[in-house]
Amino acid sequence: MNNAASGNGLKLVLAWGFVGIPLAWGVIQTLINALKLFQ
Amino acid sequence: MSLSSLLDKKHSIAPPGYSRWLIPPAALCVHLCIGQAYAFSVFNLPMTKLLGVTQSTPDDWKLTDLGWIFSLGIFFLGVSAALLGRWVEEGGPRKAMFTAALCWAGGFVISAFGCYIHNLWVIYFGYGILGGFGLGIGYISPVSTLIKWFPDRPGMATGMAIMGFGGGAFIAAPLSVWLMSKFATQTHVGVAETFLAMGAIYFCFMMVGAAIVRIPAPGWKPEGYTPPVEARKLITTQNVFVYDALKTPQFWLIWWVLCLNVTAGIGVLGQASAMSQEMFPDRVTPVMAASFVGLMSLFNMGGRFFWASMSDFLGRKNTYFIFFALGTVLYALIPNTGAAGNIPLFVICYAVIFSMYGGGFATVPAYLRDMFGTRYVGAIHGLLLTAWSMAGIFGPVLVNYIREYNVTHGVAKAQAYNVTMYVMAVLLVCGFICNLCLKAVHERHHMKLEEAEDFI
Repeated sequence: MNNAASGNGLKLVLAWGFVGIPLAWGVIQTLINALKLFQ
Repeated sequence: MSLSSLLDKKHSIAPPGYSRWLIPPAALCVHLCIGQAYAFSVFNLPMTKLLGVTQSTPDDWKLTDLGWIFSLGIFFLGVSAALLGRWVEEGGPRKAMFTAALCWAGGFVISAFGCYIHNLWVIYFGYGILGGFGLGIGYISPVSTLIKWFPDRPGMATGMAIMGFGGGAFIAAPLSVWLMSKFATQTHVGVAETFLAMGAIYFCFMMVGAAIVRIPAPGWKPEGYTPPVEARKLITTQNVFVYDALKTPQFWLIWWVLCLNVTAGIGVLGQASAMSQEMFPDRVTPVMAASFVGLMSLFNMGGRFFWASMSDFLGRKNTYFIFFALGTVLYALIPNTGAAGNIPLFVICYAVIFSMYGGGFATVPAYLRDMFGTRYVGAIHGLLLTAWSMAGIFGPVLVNYIREYNVTHGVAKAQAYNVTMYVMAVLLVCGFICNLCLKAVHERHHMKLEEAEDFI
């Protein structure tokens, strides 16, 4: 049961990282551009 | 095992212990990719210089001709979602995601070829038609799967996926610019190579989604969740067949609810930059306007997750009441912010409006689930997306023509949008009335129990 839970945990980190990192990068790029332009 | 059997529903059933929190990233893998459509405009200028490289030559494509690529893509999104919704529902999410990946990536490859031979018709076919099918199939592919995995939080689950569609442009825009800068030479703008690279990247990304998506085993329910035995006032426990849904007034009322909400939002979305500059002349520069549009896109994306999640607590009908009531007040307030020269209030009004515009898209799948059950919700959602296609034509046309009419009749540019805002407010009042008329679907439309049982 513990193995299954830790396996799921690793999969979750990988899956969310796979989509979350590019999305966060894109959002940060947009925010930086927006803030830079308002200065 | 053959590829087709690997993709079918039977082989997509989750094993015991499979975490349902793996399904939103699977959906995001698809939606983040197809959300690139919102950033297609970054290719417009480079594509007008494919022959001239540093400047357009007479044989280069015109911006007006290139505008059709995006329009065709959105049109075929609606067409494919409406036509193929039932196939997506019955074939399962993995087959649909795989097909969407083939169409979407294939569209980029064909468009790259179109750039290479400099034939715009090839690009219309590649990105516009084939890519449009990828958009439509991809958009609806994870909807019913998410709703089945999250019967306790359907709004939040679909909100996460549809947020990805709004967020895809944030990745695609800088990625496209970066790739073009890498592939460009003194004699070449690098669009074709960028299309090829993006097709390959998107195909791999979407295939990860297809690989990790699973459907819950029959009878599965989240730990600690007890499904309601009796239907609540506006949440059915029954199912309605996809084409029977078209015979119900509820489908058409929700169609108008979505269409009116999107018409109001999409109309000002395309004009946000020009509007902010014209309403505050000499104070908002083109550079500031561009940053304003970027910020609004963030609210559009965030609103998708926020409002869809909130709808799980507020109820779908109440959430749309907020969109329409608050939206009416805000649209009516915008001309006053212009007259008072109050930029911060203008930005706040727009931020809330755009969050509700995105929220309208993201909350509607759960609204359909409440009305028509989970069995064909993806297919019914596909049919409903024709409201989006319609709004995509109505909204910009309304805003542009009203502004043009005012300007040619001597109204100052700073006030030219006032009537538009009041018209949008009236549209939202109509949406409020449609939402008010929504009642539970009559039981004569419900499927019989044996028909409604999920076949695997």
